[in-house]
Amino acid sequence: MSLHGKIYERRLVWRHRIGLIFEWVCRIATFLSLGILAVLLFSIGRQAFGWLGWGFLTRSNSYEADQAGIMAGLIGSLWLVGLTAIMSVPMGVGAAVYLEEYAKPSRLTKFIQLNISNLAGVPSIVYGILGFTVFVRMFGLRDRPERFTCSLGFAQFSFELPLGRVVLSGACTLTLLSLPVVIIAAQEALRSVPPSLRHASLALGATKWQTVRYQVLPAALPGIMTGVILSLSRAIGETAPLAVLGAAAQLSFAPGRIRSIGDAVQHPSKILQAPFDQFTAIPLQIYGWINEPKAAFEHVAAAGIIVLLIVLLLMNGTAIFIRQRFQKKIRW
Amino acid sequence: MALVKAFTQFVEPVDPPAVAVGESRRPPKIETVQMGFFYGTHQALRDISLKINERAVTALIGPSGCGKSTYLRSLNRMNDIIEGTRVTGSVMLDGEDIYAREVDVVSLRKRVGMVFQKSTPFPKSIFDNVSFGPRIAGLTNRAELTEIVEKSLQQAALWNEVKDRMRESAMALSGGQQQRLCIARALATSPEILLMDEPASALDPASTSRIEDLIFELKQNYTIVIVTHNMQQAARISEVTAFFYQGRLVEVGQTKQLFTNPTQKETEDYITGRFG
Repeated sequence: MSLHGKIYERRLVWRHRIGLIFEWVCRIATFLSLGILAVLLFSIGRQAFGWLGWGFLTRSNSYEADQAGIMAGLIGSLWLVGLTAIMSVPMGVGAAVYLEEYAKPSRLTKFIQLNISNLAGVPSIVYGILGFTVFVRMFGLRDRPERFTCSLGFAQFSFELPLGRVVLSGACTLTLLSLPVVIIAAQEALRSVPPSLRHASLALGATKWQTVRYQVLPAALPGIMTGVILSLSRAIGETAPLAVLGAAAQLSFAPGRIRSIGDAVQHPSKILQAPFDQFTAIPLQIYGWINEPKAAFEHVAAAGIIVLLIVLLLMNGTAIFIRQRFQKKIRW
Repeated sequence: MALVKAFTQFVEPVDPPAVAVGESRRPPKIETVQMGFFYGTHQALRDISLKINERAVTALIGPSGCGKSTYLRSLNRMNDIIEGTRVTGSVMLDGEDIYAREVDVVSLRKRVGMVFQKSTPFPKSIFDNVSFGPRIAGLTNRAELTEIVEKSLQQAALWNEVKDRMRESAMALSGGQQQRLCIARALATSPEILLMDEPASALDPASTSRIEDLIFELKQNYTIVIVTHNMQQAARISEVTAFFYQGRLVEVGQTKQLFTNPTQKETEDYITGRFG
């Protein structure tokens, strides 16, 4: 071993060469994955070309491929993801705040932590079976569902117990599915807030709650948002758990028996009924179309995939927008 | 110059040579009696009996890990945050034990403000930083808040530099300004005591001397306890100096006396730079 002379020179050439090789390996990896994605998008786009229009978005399904539409699934998916967000965000963030800020390290919290990490890796179909048992059938406590009516003065809605194959059952199932990811992402975000921020706040006579509310949560919000959107994006594309719940592949109405925009405007109480109505979702419809024997439905499925991708893009775009806005507001 | 003037004005009168430390005419603001501190089973402080005078600067010096910061943080119970810590003996503030069961730690920390070694501005505007303390204490009146913010920034000698940029992020300030902002923020809750944990150790000499001038001004109204690694700083700004070593209080005395004529060998070794 000498640090100069011929051996050193020869080794130096190799050191530089290895660096260059590594750079190219990384570059190829990046462009390979991008290339595959581009090919996929191109082939689907070509199949869907001419099939994706306003009519496709506003019609419900038909046995004729050129009359088929995704309205029921699109509205159904939006209901699902909306209700899932309403339920999973407060619960997930709450659990994360408890585990990170309040819970003292003990065997119990370690056990909880381990289970959350494991739950994040459970296949989604398992959640489907769980949701079927707990929400759709409610452990089979009743043979026949009982109908309850709820009146809010200006409108009324009714629901059955057990819930059955309704939007709410689907949303609850997707909530269970996305909760572990939301919790873990929120915990990561909270952990990345420097402890000195908490100390400074406490030293000024802030209570624990004030410290969490005014310092820790705002600082962690961008990270929490990212996790929430990622898990909701996963939820909106889920097919298996919804199929296990017994959701229909094709329906001729959006949740609440809404068949058109005019329908919703004329009977707003139908919107209230939506969470307790049957539903379908975009991925379920796509799956249904792929299984159609008629070849023309290939194009319908492709158009459905494009719609799903656009919804996902919009969600991610919103997340990035919100994150950037909050980051600016935080002004590190 | 301000430093020299302040020295002649305020130090000489409260520096009566005949009165020994802890036996000044006024009762001590803070008094710890045979205080001990444990991190789990590790004892970080033993048998600390120290009196801290009102409206004066007390400097805590000693090598790293000697327990001076631990001692400082136990005066506003910031150590409570760390799991498994325990205090023995007593810590009295105005004659009342701050570790007593009925003491509300939130109110205690409002009375005993703290400035950390690393400046910790909140990632918010300058105004929001300084008004945070009063606001969480329940003050909502905008005019009153504005007044407190202005007064606190003036006290911290930062007002002239930031008065036109109250809405700007505090993170945009320089290191020295950030530290003065933290001092202003601590003053805004109108504390009686200011604890400072090496407030100038991360600053350049100019900023350091500004902080020292500021401490000189502040001791007219506040009781200040400062941890410092810089012995010149301790000599310049404090009336009383306490030397900590290996979790014990080795010596405490009038600053001038401690630095010129220490009674303990360990103190002498430390201040002459033989260790630490």
